[in-house]
Formats: sequence, C-alpha cells, structure tokens
Amino acid sequence: MSDASYGSIAASNGREADRGGRGGETLLEIRDLKKYFPLTQGILFKRTIGQVRAVDGVNLSMRRGETVGLVGESGCGKSTVSKLLVALEKPTSGSIVYKGRDVTTMNSRQLKEYRREVQIIFQDPYASLNPRMTVGDIVAEGWAVHADVAPRKGRLQRTQELLDRVGLNPDYVNRYPHQFSGGQRQRIGIARALALRPEIIVCDEPVSALDVSVQAQVVNLLEDLQDEFGLSYLFIAHDLSVVRHISDRVAVMYLGSIVEEGTDQQVYASPSHPYTQALLSSVPLHEPALRGQKDRILLQGDVPSPADPPSGCRFRTRCWKAQDICATEAPALVDRGQGHPSACHFAEAREVVPVDAE
Amino acid sequence: MTRPELSEHASPAALPGTPVLEVDDLHVEFRTRSGVVNAVNGVSYSLAAGETLAILGESGSGKSVSAQAIMGILDTPPAVITGGGIWFEGRDLLQQPAEEQRKVRGPGISMIFQDALSSLNPVYSVGYQIGEMFRAHRGMSKKDAKARAVELMDRVRIPAAKSRVNDYPHQFSGGMRQRVMIAMAIALDPRVLIADEPTTALDVTVQAQVMDLLKELQRDTGMGLILITHDLGVVNEVADNVAVMYAGRIVERGTVDDVFSDPAHPYTDGLMGSVPQVEAKGGRLQPIVGQPPNLAAIPSGCPFHPRCARRRLGAAAAPGKDCAADVPPLRLVVPGREAACHYSEEVLGV
Repeated sequence: MSDASYGSIAASNGREADRGGRGGETLLEIRDLKKYFPLTQGILFKRTIGQVRAVDGVNLSMRRGETVGLVGESGCGKSTVSKLLVALEKPTSGSIVYKGRDVTTMNSRQLKEYRREVQIIFQDPYASLNPRMTVGDIVAEGWAVHADVAPRKGRLQRTQELLDRVGLNPDYVNRYPHQFSGGQRQRIGIARALALRPEIIVCDEPVSALDVSVQAQVVNLLEDLQDEFGLSYLFIAHDLSVVRHISDRVAVMYLGSIVEEGTDQQVYASPSHPYTQALLSSVPLHEPALRGQKDRILLQGDVPSPADPPSGCRFRTRCWKAQDICATEAPALVDRGQGHPSACHFAEAREVVPVDAE
Repeated sequence: MTRPELSEHASPAALPGTPVLEVDDLHVEFRTRSGVVNAVNGVSYSLAAGETLAILGESGSGKSVSAQAIMGILDTPPAVITGGGIWFEGRDLLQQPAEEQRKVRGPGISMIFQDALSSLNPVYSVGYQIGEMFRAHRGMSKKDAKARAVELMDRVRIPAAKSRVNDYPHQFSGGMRQRVMIAMAIALDPRVLIADEPTTALDVTVQAQVMDLLKELQRDTGMGLILITHDLGVVNEVADNVAVMYAGRIVERGTVDDVFSDPAHPYTDGLMGSVPQVEAKGGRLQPIVGQPPNLAAIPSGCPFHPRCARRRLGAAAAPGKDCAADVPPLRLVVPGREAACHYSEEVLGV
C-alpha cells in the first residue's frame, strides 16, 4: 500500500463496498499532467518571458460510478484540470488515459467520441447557456454533432424526457434561459450534459453560484442521476462541506499539484498534509456545541504566484513545519504511514475537525 | 413616534448591552417599470454596543437592502423607503435633512462590502482613500491623513504598511483589499459596522483571517457589528444573535445557540437541512422544495407557505391561522425567541 496505488485505497475501505458497487474498473487516469500558460510581453513581437504553471504534475484516477472531489482555493489550478479533461485545453505534457487510450494522441474521430462521453457542467448558470437559444435547442444541440445518440424523429420527446428527469416542466422547451432562476438554469446545464449519455461528467463548481436551499436540490439531483445512469463525477469545488458530502474520494490541490488524496473519511477525519489541515480548520462549523472546539490554524500570507512557485515543496513558504529539506526536495504524493497518500516530508495525521457529537 | 427609553442612553461611551442602533418597522420598495418590488416589508431590530447580530438570508431576502437603507446608500429612485424609522444616537435618521444624515452616519456607521475591488477607487492609492475619512470628517491635512492611514493599515495587519500606502488597489490580493476596506470603515471609530457578505468572495483560509480581524477590532472598540451573510457556518462562529430573513421579513430571531440548535421557523429548519457539514458526511440532504419567491408577487399569508411542509390551509388550519390567508406576526414563541410562524410551537416540539 505504500506505493500509493489508487486501487488499494478503495480495497482497504469497507464503506466503498457498501455503496452499491461504486468504484468499478478504472475509467480514466491522469498521469503527470502539466499545463503551462506562457507569459508574453510586447504587442507586435510577442516574447515569452515566463510561464504560469497552472497545473504542474497532477496524478488522478477515476473509476466507473465513483465521485472524485477536487478541492482547492482559487488559483490552485482545479478549473484548468477540468478544461484539460474535457479537451478544451491541450496539456503541455503528461497524459489523460481514457479506457486505455491516451486523449492527447487521439485522432479526431476518437476525440469526438471522447468528447461525447466526457461532459461538463459549468459554475455560472447565467453565462454557460446561450441567451438566444430556447431550452429545447440548448439541450438538443449536442445531437447535431453526435446524431447517432438520438434518432432525429424522437428528439423533441427525448428533450422533454430529459427536462422532466432534471426536475423541469417538459412544457418549457420553448422558453429562453432568462425565464429561469439560477437553480433551474443549472438543471438545464445538467440536462444538456446528460443528453449525450456520457460516462463521466466534470462538475466545475456546479453549486457555488446557487442559494443554499437550491444548492441542496441540485446536489440531490446529481446523486440521483449518478445512481440511475452509473455516472462518474469529477466534482470540483472550493466548498469543503459539499465536496465531503458528495465524494467517494477527495484530492486536495495547492498551487498546481495534489497535496493529499484519500477517501472522504481519510482526508477529512485524519488529514496529514499541513495545507489540508489548515484548510479544514478554516471551515466554519454549523453546530453551536462544536464552536471553539476545533484546532485553529491560521495561515500567514497569500498563495505564491504560480508564475514563480517556490522551490521544493510548494507550500513551504506558509508552512509551520517547513525545514531545509522542504526547499530542496519536492515531496512525492505517497503514503507515509498514515494510510493514504500525502505530499509532505513530515506528514502526520491530525484531527482538526471535531467529530460530530450527535 | 418616540422611543426615548432607548435613545437617551446612546451616549458615545455606551455600555455593552445598550442599543446603539434601532431599526423600526422599515419598509423599502423598488418602483420599476414592470411593477413594485417589495424588498423590505416591516423589518425591526436593535443592535447593542459590542454585539454581533447576523442577518441570515438568501439572495432576494432583503438583507442587503435593509442595510443599505441604514447607510443611506439606496438608489432613490427606484428605491423608496415607504415607512419606518432608523434610530441612531437618539434621533430618527430618516427624519433628518440629508446633510445632517451625512454628518451622523459618516463617523458613526460604516459599511464594508462583498466585492472589495469594485468598492475601491482604482485610480487613487489606498493610502489616499483611507486618508479621505480624516480629511473629510476631521479636516486633517493630506500629510497627517496619510500618516493616520499607515497606522490603520498596520492595525488591520497589512504587512509593510509604510511602503504599501501609495500602492493602488489592483496591487493587493483579495484578502488584503478587504483589509483596506476594513481600515477605511474603522478609521473614525464607528459605533456600528455593517459587514455585507464580507468574506463571500474570499477563500476559506483568508475568510478565517478576515473574520478573526473583525472580531478583534470589535473587542478593542466595542462597536456593534451587523453581519449580513448567507453562510450558516460564519453565523455560528462569529455572531451572538441571528435574525433570519425571508421575502423581506424577519421570520426568526434569537441567540445563535438557540436558533441553530432548535429552529422555531420551518424556513430556518429547512436551511439547516439543506447544508452539508464538514464534520460528518451525513445522509441525504433535505432541501426546501421550490424557489425563493418573486418579490413583485409575494405569496399571500405567510410568504413561505408554498414551500412549507407544515402549512395548514382552509379547514385544516386553526381559526385565524390559515397559512395562505393570515400573515403570521413575528411573536415571542419561547423566552428569548421570536418566530413568524403560526405553528412554531409544533416546529419546536414544545
């Protein structure tokens, strides 16, 4: 178990089996994925003066039917990972292996099929729907490219079924996005993603823009759809509570790389990377009885620029455990005796969030 | 309209527990071309020195509009304050001429906003903007004002304040910009600070830093803090009392401990069930059905009744307590707790 093989995590965790076969064969594997954006200067003659290392060596795997949560603060590269996954951006290096085939070397026919099977839901339900298209056209648009998914004849009926499935009135097919509330628009986005019968849906902050009472409706809908269609989710969010709720496994990202990974229980109940500990300790708790009981770790300073990341461990500039080795040697994401992989030379499990008394 | 019993005590050295600000039956509406939007429909609350009062609500609940009315920064038109009073330092602000209101509010009540970048002027240095408080209200010279700005930046823990005082807002990170806003807000030692979603745009680690700073400044100065937020966790961690708003009304009010442990209004109860918690994975979420109401067409009776699982209509309702017909008043349900629900006792199980 020390070689951080992702399969071993699930095998060692009895709860996985209880969740109705969640975590089947590996569907997608990201290996040492990197995405650097060039920094240029000059207007006519652009010179590259540096690089923003948005994603810098990410490894992650997804199994059929499971939800992988990816958490991190703004600028950590989690949204770039989502864009790379749905092939909206080309990686600088590394590979995304889907069903045994590398996405970066796929030909256009294979890539078209991949794009059908890996769909995305965006954060902003106002910006991600075309205001000039009716809801019916938005949901059905994917079939213009992937005509074989839905026969031309029954498309209207299929669209209405999809709207009904996501909790919208099927009679609304001819309405426009502005006639819907934020929560309803997010449902339209979900229906659009479902239309192409995907295997994986990348959910990039799908509930962050919604009010709490509506947020819960959408989270429940996503869970129901997963059970019904056997979907796998990559659930990207900055809200640690929502991620814990929905995810089977959680990966914590900081400045372009994953610093800790494990089941939700491993990461939340016994975090071993200092950043994960600080992050969890910052989340306000909802129980009056637990107030003041948690470990308070206040981080100093801000996240360093990804254009000029610190040497060695990325987190060392804000870490209270940092020593000389942290500046010279980047810690690998491996199990250091705490039962799940952690990218810290001094990884040590620590209970930060008090266990609910109830 | 007189409230001498509360206002007389509002001297500058108010003791903790004395009300410094009283909002009384405030009504605000927006007159738009497509109709009248009733944003605030009879909101009353009072804030004591040193108290932190959280106003909890979703978008469109009227929590920000009521705060803007206190600050006098509503866009009028379309907004119109149609009734009520805002009592501060013994006077109803709404009855004063505009110039007088400015003189009272400027040093007495200040506000910080969610989006610090758009609240700061991009073409002036932060030192100039913080110093403006001293120039406008204290008649200080530019030089003295800047020196005070440096002190304030130190106080809100902006590192290397002296060398950063001439920097512009875009040169600061989100958390630092919010600190600049806080520095401006506390410059004249206000009695009341209104924080409108101060940490919503910030990452959790920065949010924790900013909330810590606000609490510390409050301890030092004894100012009253009105915290407007939709985040249940933030309310639990920093507030003493909470008022829950829905459709422009306060539907429940009490201490945070009481309200969070045992909600008396079905809406509050629903909010608690909607939010996953970080301390446990928990079971399936129990969302509130339906959508928040359209403020141009607020449902009759209890505005929450179309989404409420406990509603009682027609023959099922007690006399005068038909949820679709009779507006429930905000009433004392158990000692220390008010709720605007006909059947709060059932929700509480008392």
